[in-house]
Amino acid sequence: MSDKYTQFVSRGFGRDLAGRLGLPRPVELRRYMAGSPLVPGPVLVIGRQDEGQGKEPEALAAELLSWGLDVRRNALPKEKLGAIVLLLDEVRRPEDLEVPVLTAARSLRDLAAGGRVVTVSRTAESSADPAEAAARQGIDGIVRSVAKELRDGATANGILLGSDAVPRSPGTLGALRFFLSGRSAFVDGQFLTVSTASGRQPGDPDKPLAGKVAVVTGAARGIGAAIARTLHRDGAAIVAVDVPAAGDHLAEVANEVKGTALQLDITVPDAGDRIIHHALERHGSLDILVHNAGITRDKLLANMDDGRWRSVIAVNIASQLRINDAILGSPDLPVAPRIVSVASTSGIAGNRGQSNYAASKGGVIGMVRASAPLLAAQGGTINAVAPGFIETEMTARIPLLTREVARRLNSLQQGGDPGDVAEAIAFLASDAAGGISGEVLRVCGQNLVGA
Amino acid sequence: MPEAALSPEESHERQGQPLARARGVRKAVVIGGNRIPFARSGGAYTRSSNQDMLTAALDGLIARFGLQEERLGEVAAGAVLKHSRDFNLTREAVLGSALSAETPAYDLQQACATGLETVLGLANKIKLGQIDSAVAGGVDSASDAPIAVSDGLRGVLLDLNRAKTLSARLKVLSRLRPKDIAPDAPDTGEPRTGLSMGEHQALTTAQWKITREAQDELAYNSHRNLAAAYDRGFFDDLLTPYRGLTRDSNLRPDTSLEKLATLKPVFGKTLGAEATMTAGNSTPLTDGASAVLLGSEEWADERGLPKLATVLDGEAAAVDFVHGKDGLLMAPAFAVPRLLARNGLTLADFDFFEIHEAFAGTVLSTLAAWEDEDFGRRRLGLPGAFGSIDRSKLNVNGSSLAAGHPFAATGGRIVASLAKMLHAKGMVDGRPARGLVSICAAGGQGVVAILEAYPAAEGGQA
Repeated sequence: MSDKYTQFVSRGFGRDLAGRLGLPRPVELRRYMAGSPLVPGPVLVIGRQDEGQGKEPEALAAELLSWGLDVRRNALPKEKLGAIVLLLDEVRRPEDLEVPVLTAARSLRDLAAGGRVVTVSRTAESSADPAEAAARQGIDGIVRSVAKELRDGATANGILLGSDAVPRSPGTLGALRFFLSGRSAFVDGQFLTVSTASGRQPGDPDKPLAGKVAVVTGAARGIGAAIARTLHRDGAAIVAVDVPAAGDHLAEVANEVKGTALQLDITVPDAGDRIIHHALERHGSLDILVHNAGITRDKLLANMDDGRWRSVIAVNIASQLRINDAILGSPDLPVAPRIVSVASTSGIAGNRGQSNYAASKGGVIGMVRASAPLLAAQGGTINAVAPGFIETEMTARIPLLTREVARRLNSLQQGGDPGDVAEAIAFLASDAAGGISGEVLRVCGQNLVGA
Repeated sequence: MPEAALSPEESHERQGQPLARARGVRKAVVIGGNRIPFARSGGAYTRSSNQDMLTAALDGLIARFGLQEERLGEVAAGAVLKHSRDFNLTREAVLGSALSAETPAYDLQQACATGLETVLGLANKIKLGQIDSAVAGGVDSASDAPIAVSDGLRGVLLDLNRAKTLSARLKVLSRLRPKDIAPDAPDTGEPRTGLSMGEHQALTTAQWKITREAQDELAYNSHRNLAAAYDRGFFDDLLTPYRGLTRDSNLRPDTSLEKLATLKPVFGKTLGAEATMTAGNSTPLTDGASAVLLGSEEWADERGLPKLATVLDGEAAAVDFVHGKDGLLMAPAFAVPRLLARNGLTLADFDFFEIHEAFAGTVLSTLAAWEDEDFGRRRLGLPGAFGSIDRSKLNVNGSSLAAGHPFAATGGRIVASLAKMLHAKGMVDGRPARGLVSICAAGGQGVVAILEAYPAAEGGQA
């Protein structure tokens, strides 16, 4: 589902016209569909090949082969590539980047529409050596620049390994599969850090959440409904939560995904206990919790009143903290769930008229980082997804011109779908993301603000 | 959620067991309920049909309990004001819902007792082991009421259809008279007396000397109690919004005894005695639908569903209002004493009384009859008065005067709410909390029932 402009410039006359006038030329993004190929062509795996360090690239290539992919260790002339995987975990000095990066450069023009560039490297923070840290941090700049250079819905993203993770850790492979696939269509110029070797690859990549019970708040419409649908598609049983006043839409979503509807105001003191009780009594476990419910009460800070401020804080962040406390303190949950919280690029870059909303969404990011060790102690994870401009009922109400500018201000030159946010959440909620916690993943098409 | 993947043999065995058992019947439990907010006629649901509303009530129930594509034992519901095309109303609603299309359904109609009677009938089937699960419900639309053509026009149209030649057709058509064109609109009048329900109740209200003040106070309490129940979230798991309504549109949280006292009487104005029945202490015409999920204990347990209350027993009664022996809506005054006697109970053994407020006068006349020595001796055959109730246990979360009364939907509203109240109450003095439901109906009928909290010791959780 792309906007009308994107449809117009995707083909024929519209495409020629936009090209001649130098207008943005967004394309319809390659999105995940069960059964469709993971990538739109062969995968070129590039790693350091000097100094006898070829083991990891070979092993990774073998892993990708086992996924049924067509893998190249060297590019063939004029062959279109589905993806380029750049293994840079061994770089020690900035000069080490030259050979692999320029090898990749020679194949960039061969990248198919909707193709992927994915780097695998180590976090700069995990090195005490200035030269090594410089080389590692340099990769950040490379990925973000390549992402802006790519066209036709191709994206570039990076995986960062913490000191306890290796290229073949489940989390690395899970993130790699996510970035390669259509599930990451609107994720561009972003990094995911894999901090531990925990996690597990799914038995069936099309049903990564099989047997899981997922609670989604704010599930009655928009992004929340898309999250419920996506988690259900991936195999999870759904508890759809929303305020009683949204109960009719909630019932529709619950019936569509064959889950249960829980009409609940998440700001009540016992919301966490009621969610836990419902999930356990009806579905036997609580494996995934998605904090999606959120409200906006926009007003310039100079005109802000306590009602608008208080309600946004209460719904968007205070309720999440209280529910997480209930989960961490519950004797009925032997293993803590995987929690994914919806933040916003407003919480990163700020937004005029949204000081209250930005406070709450910035709060989500702070909560996620500080909660990761608490969840880890009980076997759980917590991450956030920060959507950029997403085409929803809410953004459809933005005045036409403002909306048109907002949706083009990213590398993919279009707004994302609610489903794009849901895909990122589904990945972070899966066992394959077990080694990923305390992270904030932006789903914004590499929005030019706040990157 | 565990699937109910029983093999045919297992299923057969399970259903056959209770019949074979010497202990007799098993329990039928109320698992939960759902209704749409009730709307005053001509309001939010003006464009909604009975089938639309019943389907919405079912879909909300299905969503709440995760029953998508489930084959239930049976669904029974009905409507009092019913189009002839809705001969299979409930089955059509099931087909339009998220339930399995293999769920059988039937329509039932017993005027305002329809909803409660579906609960009793289906609970009995569960108790006997004929079915393991059921949805009982009801719906009514006074906005989308059927309008029939006159008998004259109907006769002409039917004969026209049978006429074979042009001349025969013209002959039939020549019988048509202007008065035949006027349609027959439904009304709530009793066919045998020509009196409306309100006029009938006005006779009874006057007979039992029920004051205007007492009626207004009951109406006031109904609004106050219902508003308080909404405010504390009581209906969060009993109701699903519909067509923009999130609360019953008849509810007036800010009404007062003073405001109610200003309303002009609408019924009983020609009785000679002072007229006491107003629009404030009578129920308005209402649109709405409700549904109650029932099951055996095993069926609920297999799905991890709550067990709120058991349907203990029910009783129907009818009175001879045609000859004026009793008031039209007084049948429950007879049904309740019989039901309680059969179960060895008195009014003091109950924690909640849900007496349907068709009119405030109906509730108060019934209570007055029970407290009357003469009525107890002569009409009930008791040594004295049947008894009185603790008024603080009456309609504690409001009733029809505040919520409105979509005829067939009222029983489901009451049963689901009462089951939730009983479950929260749990045990009282070592016995399960107990509730009495009483619903009067047109034709001089009444249906009453006893519900008990599901035993807390056996897995109830408040």
